Amino acid sequence: MSAVSALSSGNARAVFGRNLVGARGVNLWVMVSGFFEPVFYLVALGAGLGGLIGVVALPDGREVPYAAFIAPGLLAVSAMNGAIADSTWNVFFKMRFMRVYDAMLATRLGPLDVALGEISWALFRGAVYASAFLIVMQCFGLNLAWTAVLAIPAAVLIGFGFAAVGMGITSCLRTFQQMDWIQFALLPMFMLSGTFFPISLYPEWVQWIVQALPLWHGIELVRGLTTGALSWGMLLHVGYFAVMVVLGLVFTTRRLRALFLT
Amino acid sequence: MPDTAAPVIRAHRLRKAYGETVAVDDVSFEVAPGEAFGLLGPNGAGKSTTMRMLGGVAARSGGELEILGMDPDRHGPEVRAQLGVVPQLDNLDTELNVRDNLVVYGRYFGIRRAEVARRVDALLAFAQLEEKARSRIDDLSGGMKRRLTIARALVNEPRILLLDEPTTGLDPQARHILWDRLFRLKEQGTTLVLTTHYMDEAEQLCDRLVVVDQGRIMAEGAPAALIREHSTREVLEVRFGSERNAEVAAELDDLGERVEALPDRVLVYAEDGEHVLAEVVRRGHRPITSLVRRSSLEDVFLRLTGRSLVE
Repeated sequence: MSAVSALSSGNARAVFGRNLVGARGVNLWVMVSGFFEPVFYLVALGAGLGGLIGVVALPDGREVPYAAFIAPGLLAVSAMNGAIADSTWNVFFKMRFMRVYDAMLATRLGPLDVALGEISWALFRGAVYASAFLIVMQCFGLNLAWTAVLAIPAAVLIGFGFAAVGMGITSCLRTFQQMDWIQFALLPMFMLSGTFFPISLYPEWVQWIVQALPLWHGIELVRGLTTGALSWGMLLHVGYFAVMVVLGLVFTTRRLRALFLT
Repeated sequence: MPDTAAPVIRAHRLRKAYGETVAVDDVSFEVAPGEAFGLLGPNGAGKSTTMRMLGGVAARSGGELEILGMDPDRHGPEVRAQLGVVPQLDNLDTELNVRDNLVVYGRYFGIRRAEVARRVDALLAFAQLEEKARSRIDDLSGGMKRRLTIARALVNEPRILLLDEPTTGLDPQARHILWDRLFRLKEQGTTLVLTTHYMDEAEQLCDRLVVVDQGRIMAEGAPAALIREHSTREVLEVRFGSERNAEVAAELDDLGERVEALPDRVLVYAEDGEHVLAEVVRRGHRPITSLVRRSSLEDVFLRLTGRSLVE
């Protein structure tokens, strides 16, 4: 029933290309705002609050300036937010109102092409934002090790995980009210996942919950790379997102099939 | 070429159920290459569901279906690569301009950029939209959107074009332009499959059609043959006022082949309408208005699918 030939014609790049052409008509400020949001946080909290806090101890015992501590967290958060915005709001609108996917799936494209094309677009935007933010970090002297360069592929991986799962969840939602649930789930994750302070400050049971959430893994991964506090445990973070990607893709493809090809 | 005679679509005992609801029930038909084939039926008859199965976007619940020798459930992308689909509701991409809609759609089929560009120029001319190439979709009229949707469906040079109610909601001018475009395609040898509930459209465009009602085929044939088979050559329409129509109809029961009393008029199906009218008058009835006309597909349609309002 679900032979791969029925799911894909190996042409996800046509879906990506559609978004590239479509982006020409979109307001430039919508694009640029995705870059500025983390920069504002960095300036406000890094320079402002950072002046009060001074330094923060990393797990390996080194002490780093507060701005260098939160910057990788903000990078991971922006990778998540970018991927979520594209894979939830944009996908929801295309699916329910513009009926873009109805049109796509009447062509040679299969649901896997559509899912991969849409997600790779989200990743492309995410990679552009991550690179720009990394340049800002470099200007402020917040990249403490050469491995900071690897934060770009890490941000893409984080975005991939969130986009794959986000698109799958979006495909199950029918109304704008339900879309708010996604924001409702993201906000506490953003506040609690160790973006602004080490989670060792929490009681142990809260730490366990936070460590089960994807954003914590993303932040730890990026922070390790930009500060140079590398450990084997980072492979676990990579593995966490790899699993998210696979589960998200399988689920999304199934949902698209169920929605448009039954 | 021995291949040309083989049907491009072969549906055998096709069935589609959504849970308890049976949308299409035991539908069989074949479409020959180059033929214009129509599916006629009231709303909810199962036309669109049948089209979705033909288009490889709905899996059938039973029966057999072959499009160009392939099973659309198993070879969805390959089947769809050979089809042009014009859906009932326009789903043009409103984030792209007119020309980009065609270009991007061509790319979905994996057609090379240069080739797409060449085809798009020809299609804009075909759709009479050359002046609008850079326009936004929202700025087009209903007829223009429809023509663009049809042009878009042709970008992969399909062997079969599926049109679901192509002219619903268009004004008469826009409909005639559209019919003219479809007629040209037919002359070029494209197989057309269309659904409609406009009888004039079916008579204009279709070589052959099936009348579908409640998921089943009620009749099949060429428009003229269907009229011959299910109706008389002419129809006499007489009005005697709402209160008297049924009463007079009873007295005319022996005239023509069949008499039907509607709330607003009496229909007498006969070979020679004028002759029957003379007889009605000879019997002393004085109709308020009278009209003799040729039988149309509408008479066949209403006879087969009933006059009750179907929602």
